[in-house]
Amino acid sequence: MAVIKITPEQITLKKRKGPKGHAIDLGSVQEVRVLLGSESRQKDLLIEHLHKIQDKYQHLSTKHLVALAHEMNLATAEVFEVASFYHHFDVVKEGQPAPPALTVRVCESLTCDMYGAHDLIHDLEKGLGDGVRVQKVPCVGRCQHAPVAVVGQNPIDHATAESVKTAINNKETTAKITQYLNLAQYKADGGYQTLKSLLDGQIDHESILQKMESSGLRGLGGAGFPAGKKWRIVKGFAGPRLMAVNIDEGEPGTFKDRHYLESDPHRFLEGTVIAALTVGCDEIYVYLRDEYAGCREILTKEIAALQANPPSTEHKLPLIHLRRGAGAYICGEESAMVESIEGKRGMPRLRPPFLAQVGLFGKPTLEHNMETCYWVRDIIEKGPEWFTSYGRNERKGLRSFSVSGRVNKPGVHLAPAGITVRELISEYCGGMLEGHEFYGYFPGGASGGILPASMGDIPLDFDTLNKYGCFIGSAAVVIFSKQDSAKKLALNAMKFFEDESCGQCTPCRVGTAKAAVLMEQAVWDKDLLEELSSVMVDASICGLGQAAPNPLRCVIKYFPDELQ
Amino acid sequence: MAANPEFINKPEIKFTLDGESMSGYQGETILQVAKRHGKEIPHLCYTESLRPDGNCRACVVEIDGERVLAPSCCRTPTEGMKIQAQSERAVRSQKMVLELLKSDMPEQGKSPYKLDSELDLWADKLKVGVPRFKSRAQPVADLSHPAIAVNLDACIQCTRCVRACRESQMNDVIGYANRGAHSEIVFDIADPMGASSCVGCGECVQACPTGALMPANNVGLQVPDKTVDSTCPYCGVGCLIKYHVKDNKILYTEGRDGFTNHLRLCVKGRYGFNYIDNPLRLTKPLIRREGVAKTTELLDPKDLDSVFREASWEEALNFAANGLKKIRDEKGKKALAGLGSAKGSNEEAYLFQKLVRTGFGSNNVDHCTRLCHASSVVALLECIGSGAVSNPVADVAKAEVIIIIGSNPTVNHPVGATFMKNAAAKGAKIILIDPIKTAISKYATHVLQFRPDTDVALLNSLMHVILEEGLQNDEYIAKYTEGFEVMRGHLKHYSPEYVAPICGIDANTLRDVARLYATSKGSMILWGMGISQHIHGTDNARCLIALALMTGQIGRPGTGLHPLRGQNNVQGASDVGLIPMVYPDYEPVDNPANQAKFEKLWGVKLDPKRGLTTVEMLHAILHHEVFGMFIEGENPAMSDPNQNHARAAMAALEHLVVQDIFLTETAGFADVILPASAFYEKTGTFSNTDRRVQMGRQVVNPPGEAKQDLWIIQEVANRLGCNWNYQGPKDVFNEMRQAMTSIAGMTWERLENEDSLTYPLENIGDPGEPIIFTDGFPTPSGRGKFVPAEYIHADELPDDEYPLVFITGRQLEHWHTGSMTRHSATLDAIEPDPVVSLNPDDLKNLGVAAGELITIESRRGKITAYARSDNAMQKGNVFMAFCYNEANANLLTNDALDPSAKIPEFKFCAVKASAGGMLARRIS
Repeated sequence: MAVIKITPEQITLKKRKGPKGHAIDLGSVQEVRVLLGSESRQKDLLIEHLHKIQDKYQHLSTKHLVALAHEMNLATAEVFEVASFYHHFDVVKEGQPAPPALTVRVCESLTCDMYGAHDLIHDLEKGLGDGVRVQKVPCVGRCQHAPVAVVGQNPIDHATAESVKTAINNKETTAKITQYLNLAQYKADGGYQTLKSLLDGQIDHESILQKMESSGLRGLGGAGFPAGKKWRIVKGFAGPRLMAVNIDEGEPGTFKDRHYLESDPHRFLEGTVIAALTVGCDEIYVYLRDEYAGCREILTKEIAALQANPPSTEHKLPLIHLRRGAGAYICGEESAMVESIEGKRGMPRLRPPFLAQVGLFGKPTLEHNMETCYWVRDIIEKGPEWFTSYGRNERKGLRSFSVSGRVNKPGVHLAPAGITVRELISEYCGGMLEGHEFYGYFPGGASGGILPASMGDIPLDFDTLNKYGCFIGSAAVVIFSKQDSAKKLALNAMKFFEDESCGQCTPCRVGTAKAAVLMEQAVWDKDLLEELSSVMVDASICGLGQAAPNPLRCVIKYFPDELQ
Repeated sequence: MAANPEFINKPEIKFTLDGESMSGYQGETILQVAKRHGKEIPHLCYTESLRPDGNCRACVVEIDGERVLAPSCCRTPTEGMKIQAQSERAVRSQKMVLELLKSDMPEQGKSPYKLDSELDLWADKLKVGVPRFKSRAQPVADLSHPAIAVNLDACIQCTRCVRACRESQMNDVIGYANRGAHSEIVFDIADPMGASSCVGCGECVQACPTGALMPANNVGLQVPDKTVDSTCPYCGVGCLIKYHVKDNKILYTEGRDGFTNHLRLCVKGRYGFNYIDNPLRLTKPLIRREGVAKTTELLDPKDLDSVFREASWEEALNFAANGLKKIRDEKGKKALAGLGSAKGSNEEAYLFQKLVRTGFGSNNVDHCTRLCHASSVVALLECIGSGAVSNPVADVAKAEVIIIIGSNPTVNHPVGATFMKNAAAKGAKIILIDPIKTAISKYATHVLQFRPDTDVALLNSLMHVILEEGLQNDEYIAKYTEGFEVMRGHLKHYSPEYVAPICGIDANTLRDVARLYATSKGSMILWGMGISQHIHGTDNARCLIALALMTGQIGRPGTGLHPLRGQNNVQGASDVGLIPMVYPDYEPVDNPANQAKFEKLWGVKLDPKRGLTTVEMLHAILHHEVFGMFIEGENPAMSDPNQNHARAAMAALEHLVVQDIFLTETAGFADVILPASAFYEKTGTFSNTDRRVQMGRQVVNPPGEAKQDLWIIQEVANRLGCNWNYQGPKDVFNEMRQAMTSIAGMTWERLENEDSLTYPLENIGDPGEPIIFTDGFPTPSGRGKFVPAEYIHADELPDDEYPLVFITGRQLEHWHTGSMTRHSATLDAIEPDPVVSLNPDDLKNLGVAAGELITIESRRGKITAYARSDNAMQKGNVFMAFCYNEANANLLTNDALDPSAKIPEFKFCAVKASAGGMLARRIS
């Protein structure tokens, strides 16, 4: 966002007209007021309110930003710095052209890249007409359908230039809603009985806590912190407490949360409310990535349905706020998400203090990935033994693997923890695609590193991959073949991190950019990359910068031939 | 805020740093402990005055048992922690961070904008060589601001400027925008700084470690010869400043960590010093050419030679004194009057009033306090026996409720305002009561944008609610006040329901505010000239004092009354008796005991009658009662109301001596002009709004033959027969200590050492009393007095012909009559044109587009200026600053006076407005 030039004469004229800064355009204030209606102007709703303007006008004009700042009693800089952080907002300054009304977002992350995303982009850029623009975007969470383009909010799986054009021509720009278990169906299936028992005091908190602890369920967003332990820690801090649920599923290769939301949203909601009640959280904030427009529609509808028709009429449910991301991978980092829920730039916090103690709005906060909550009901109803009865290679539990890449049956596969990638490919994915020989895999999305086929027999679970410089993270397994290049995929990953770095700390902000430049060279300066990597791991504030070097380090370690 | 928070008497935490045992206080970070032990850890985003943010990662250290390194600026050690700042691993990261940042500096080298870039300093110390990475694409320079150069190619994204702007000064201009490697520092919506809402406080410049933000014109690249610790010549906040000087020129300034400002400054204090380098400075004594008649027209400096001729000091001083002497001897002692200055030092003000009282022989001495806070002082003296503030501004940090009434602190006391904003951020409730929704409203929980002129009604209604709901402090009233029952009866008919339609604020809001004020643990009231500059200004202040008395909201930390003083030494000038009715220390001249005291001290018979006030002097000229005046550093030809009348008076003077640094509008009427020294060119003490006496030290020498004011006053006095022999300000100060009990214990030496001392300080060694009235009041009865005030109207109300209300005030960049600030190239460039502010709807109705010319006319005069559209204005009100000689607001103002304080009604007169007009020529 370049600073627009202004002559001294223009500045003098401007000073005569009004006080310093931007004039408040009363017409724009009126437009903003209409959009915001009677909703609160509280600071943390800034991103929500920016969405309303972006949705209505397809961009954020200076006048509207100034008007919104005025309306919310914020500084224009505060509004602008937030708006410019999130890539789904188009800030348009005076004198700049507004973007076309329709945006086609084409995913260029790992799997889609392997499936020809860049050719697709090239084709689309050749001409969709004046009213349409093409944007290269990071993973949209539909990797099993690669390549993917999103026309407006309508995802086109296995996209081709033709299918995209058809959607545009037919004005198919809204998200398709999948078939899912609605409230009535979920209840008919025995749903919300556990929650009702809890609400009515038939189950005590301690027994739930113990079940959660015994199940060994670990946080499924990637960090793998034991869920039951977390509940007990948060409960140990004096209230009021809050709960924040992370559905900013942005790790390239990951789509499990979307899968569960689009099939069984109430199982997630029930688990979430149980968690909140058990830990004593007064309100629940659900943070959903903006790319999941379909999920947003489902959740909006089903949360309303649940609150209108609660399991127990005598006991109130905690308030559930659905908050909408705005295109920032970093908001999958728990503290960045909390910042984003507070209406700010998604910049991770320094820890300590941890969110359990000082979290959302400064209150002790139970933060969970969506899928972690999803399993709560089953663990309570079926018992922790049910969960621990699964597992292979001495690992316990179940994992929802988002598998994509060069296999016959990509998709979400619920498999025992500890399964190896070779087992996963053969038992769950129908083997490699014809003509593709297994060459390597990302065991945990873009940040979890890259392993060669020769290391395809390692049990996949938390902790098992650390010694190889990898981790399972959100269990996003991207399989690639000899037709692919680990080096190129590592560069793709690094560029992704460069784009998604929040820009706060030097090792990540500058490090990812410098690393990407070095990795674009025909010959890698391995020593310098290694030195830089070690510092990014050691000195970055959050997991993004700390994990960003994993793919490149793996290429140096495991794919030396590609660097010859 | 403080560099090293005090961790007195708390258990120490033992840990090791690089094998060395250390102990830290509770809350102290690893970096702070290391610094205290003389150990260096590189750091960039951390600076003592700002909240640590931990973003640059240059200060990372290795902690035993932790997976990754930790930022030492944010981490506090725990007992037994083993920390390494110099391990191979820690140093690798520290160096790499510096190398990465350096790779994105211009030419990948040292900062071309700052001599002592902190990045260069640390890179050199850690021996970081030529960066091995390619540089980023660099942003272009933004040189749109007259005072500040923005070169973001040297930016390391450490956000010190953001924190300085947002968290210290709370001006909210700078943001951190975009993301990742595209992250950048922006002003508002990535606007050029000069076109943004930036108020030019320069806190960001002071915070920037690399020179990406610097004073304009590369002055930061010059090596100063010396630095001088002094204060600021502008408002009453009294910020402490370090001046960097080279070749007798001030290069740039830096805020010092004084009680009053904690490193902070505003645009005037930081960048407004260059008026002293203006070529229009007077450098030689001037005598009016014979036969050049005085007219009411202002004299343009371009025409100086045709009206004045240069003279030697001897000739000019003789001419000045003889003219005064002749009038004194032929027409009587009261045919002379003197106007001293609130911009000069205590010593100058003291000598000036002594000159008038002993040399002229009357009490006809006044200064601009008459135009500012005279009514506040009258009310304070009457009700609680002292004209001083009860608590310092900084006490807002301890208050729960802060009422700001008739004051625009972000403009007139900008650094004081930062403390109010900081307090609000920490939860204090600001209640703004003002006809204009000024910038501080953003931080207020309650904004009462009431109808001008209805202060008394509004304040009475607050008191009515307090009594009606029994929220008064009966114990306090019984112990410390008198006249309460009369007050109670008086307030009966001021119900909020009765007052609401008068003041335009609904009854519920009035009730809320009354309850908040009365029931909080600590409520401060800060007021400005919106209270004082009315014909009922004294009544307005009486109401504020009564509010404090009936609730007992006075005399404790965070609780009290604070009339914000406008000029750097208006407090001091008043204290030392530059007022026609009192001697130094506010001792009334008409009290024989006081008279005797000063006759003894000065060895001269004194006039027992009160003298004339500022506006009365001008009336007296036209009534042929005053014929000669000595005006030192004041500018009545701009500052006084009803200028056509005032200028006629000036022109009618038989003999006018003006002592100033420029050919001010007033100097054009002079018979002789004595070129004086600017603030930076002399040493003396200055008393700020908090009652702090502060040392102002000479920074540079006066230009040409210009002389220090103290010398000039003494030379004139001696020619009037005074026979003084003060060797310098110290001699004068020592005499002041004899004259004034309040500073009797304050020594010059201690002031030289400590820079800033608060009075009362009656005995040597006393600490000084920032908070007074802790146990009653210095009145004869020891009690505070309730003085009821009835709601009355302004002297001139709007009517069909003149339907708008005209309110004067100031702008951030221009101070008082602009005699200094409009001669500062920097300040003048930031706010160059005369503007008059109106509500957008009013402008629309008048058919005037924003930025076009508009003509404003009252019964007394007419001006044309640029129409500024401002949502902060309510309909029907017009606001203008009085610093523009091409459109002097005081041509319109009404010279009706408050009966008690003789302060004119600058804040209210009736005007009409019309589109267009001709902008008069600016003389400068």
